[in-house]
Amino acid sequence: MSTESRLRLIWLYPDLLSTYGDRGNLLILARRADLRGLPVECAEVRADQAVPADGDVYLIGGGEDGPQALAAQRLIADGGLRRAVDRGATIFSVCAGYQLLGNSFYAKGAKCAGLGLLDLDSDRGETRAVGELAGEVDPALGLPTLTGFENHGGRTHLGPGVRPLARVTAGIGNDGRSEGAWHGRILGTYSHGPALARNPGIADLLLRWATGMTMEPIDDRWPTRLRDERLAAVLKS
Amino acid sequence: MTDHKLPMRAKLATSLSRGAAALSRATGRGDGSVIGGRIALMVDPNLLAELAAGREIALISGTNGKTTTTRLTAAAMGVLGDVATNSLGANMPTGHTSALAKAGATPYAVLEVDEHYLKQVLDATHPKVVALLNLSRDQLDRAKEVAMMAALWRDALPGRDLHLVANADDPMVVWAAGKAVAAGTSVTWVAAGQRFHDDSWVCPECGASIERNGEQWACVAGNLSRPVPHWTVSGDGVVDNTGTYHHIELQLPGRVNRANAATALAVAAHFGVPPAKAVPELSKVASIAGRYAVVERDGRTIRLLLSKNPAGWLEAFDMADDVPTLLSINARDPDGLDTSWLYDVDFSPLRGRRVLVTGDRAMDLAVRLEVNDVPFEHVKSFSQALTLIPPGRLEVIANYTAFQDIRAELDRVN
Repeated sequence: MSTESRLRLIWLYPDLLSTYGDRGNLLILARRADLRGLPVECAEVRADQAVPADGDVYLIGGGEDGPQALAAQRLIADGGLRRAVDRGATIFSVCAGYQLLGNSFYAKGAKCAGLGLLDLDSDRGETRAVGELAGEVDPALGLPTLTGFENHGGRTHLGPGVRPLARVTAGIGNDGRSEGAWHGRILGTYSHGPALARNPGIADLLLRWATGMTMEPIDDRWPTRLRDERLAAVLKS
Repeated sequence: MTDHKLPMRAKLATSLSRGAAALSRATGRGDGSVIGGRIALMVDPNLLAELAAGREIALISGTNGKTTTTRLTAAAMGVLGDVATNSLGANMPTGHTSALAKAGATPYAVLEVDEHYLKQVLDATHPKVVALLNLSRDQLDRAKEVAMMAALWRDALPGRDLHLVANADDPMVVWAAGKAVAAGTSVTWVAAGQRFHDDSWVCPECGASIERNGEQWACVAGNLSRPVPHWTVSGDGVVDNTGTYHHIELQLPGRVNRANAATALAVAAHFGVPPAKAVPELSKVASIAGRYAVVERDGRTIRLLLSKNPAGWLEAFDMADDVPTLLSINARDPDGLDTSWLYDVDFSPLRGRRVLVTGDRAMDLAVRLEVNDVPFEHVKSFSQALTLIPPGRLEVIANYTAFQDIRAELDRVN
């Protein structure tokens, strides 16, 4: 956490990567920090602004090919996110944002350079993955089942430098077997849009990474009911 | 155009279409407009073009407000003579075919067009006027991205003998109309408003930012900017292209419906309807296929508002009165399977009201409202909500199939 003892949450490029209610992740992190009495400062950094390197948690959302390629170019040229990672910042990335943290990805049929912050490469699948996504999370993270909605055409191949976030039990994720990836304090998932709404455990993990503090339980009655309902719906189908 | 002028194949198709539609209604399977049109188009694929020939046609398209604006436009055009229209919201070519077949020979037609089908319907119907209302995110799991939709329109419109009536406040619409306008197509700009800005922060032409200052907006790098509107909404009325103010006693709520009325009047004006003559016709429209309907039930006065996407929800909050409010969300096929859009809507205008939530996806709504600091109660059904609130007003805001479920509980109110 930064010296001002405020938790700085930075939402990157909402003007390019915010197709699917991605703001939700920022709102949920801020609320869950606030309920633990942590002072929070939220910043939205647009693609024509410099990325501050002094954030604690960075969020990158989903989007279509054109904006994704543009976002990757600008983030590489800016350099702020890499400096933040060198400082130990936490990143939560979703869908297009997840792909562009890797070594390479495809947008509009062309191979694009990613930021290389996660050891993975993405290409296009033969079919689009649209629907409910569920998986058992890497035991090293100590989290309950992942639940989400996916909507992407990409397939992601993990290198030795990352661990899969989850083993897929429903849907496609990276390739029908693994879903998402994590390394250090950087986490990515194909569970798109407001992924933290259904996965408050991941939200608290990000807050723990960013603050080094244990997150005391809060009233998660509604997120729990939502999770139960969605996981039951996946089982039924 | 009259039936006896139709080619034999078209006559047969028209007659089959009417028969199938009647059967569909009689058996309670639907309102008949889609199945009738589908059968007719199988028999004669050119039927829509044949049925359209000889009529003066207006097309109404956009993400939100199509059905309402189509109804208002048809009401305004009624001043001139008989108008064929797809008033049940069946807005793809099958629905258009069915509507025109059912109406028989009419001098005019006003057709609501699904935004994805605009080019196809332009090709088939050669409209005199096309109204472009707005473009924003809708049904994320399968609809085209907004910029892609705007690009399809942009390429479909030039080189046709038509007049545009378009929303000056929506950068995506202005860009979509731009190519045709630059090539000489005449246009009436309407200041129809845009409450949801999240799909138009970036210029669709060059990718630079769009800056807003009050009503004005402009790309910071290129030439795309808000055109000077010919028609504007003002108070409880509209100001037409001659600067004349028309007070409208609209039964439909909200600023967005005054804007829809302005668009309808502008379209009708291009066919020669004086706004002063059309205004009283607009005032007679009370509800459209259940939308905005007010129903009395068990001492409760219930108003039904349909909202299908973030822009629509923001408009609904503007219309809804400060009374107990029931929100209902489903995510069945017609709604789109993805509920992520709930986070594109700021529900804070509901704070301080009694809020109840229901529907297949009430839990998604519950989590969203909690994050938004809007207290709520979860109820199992619309009927349970009625038992919980005291006698008096209830606003219902629901997405598509949730709305139809509640309408069914109210005996398919129109």
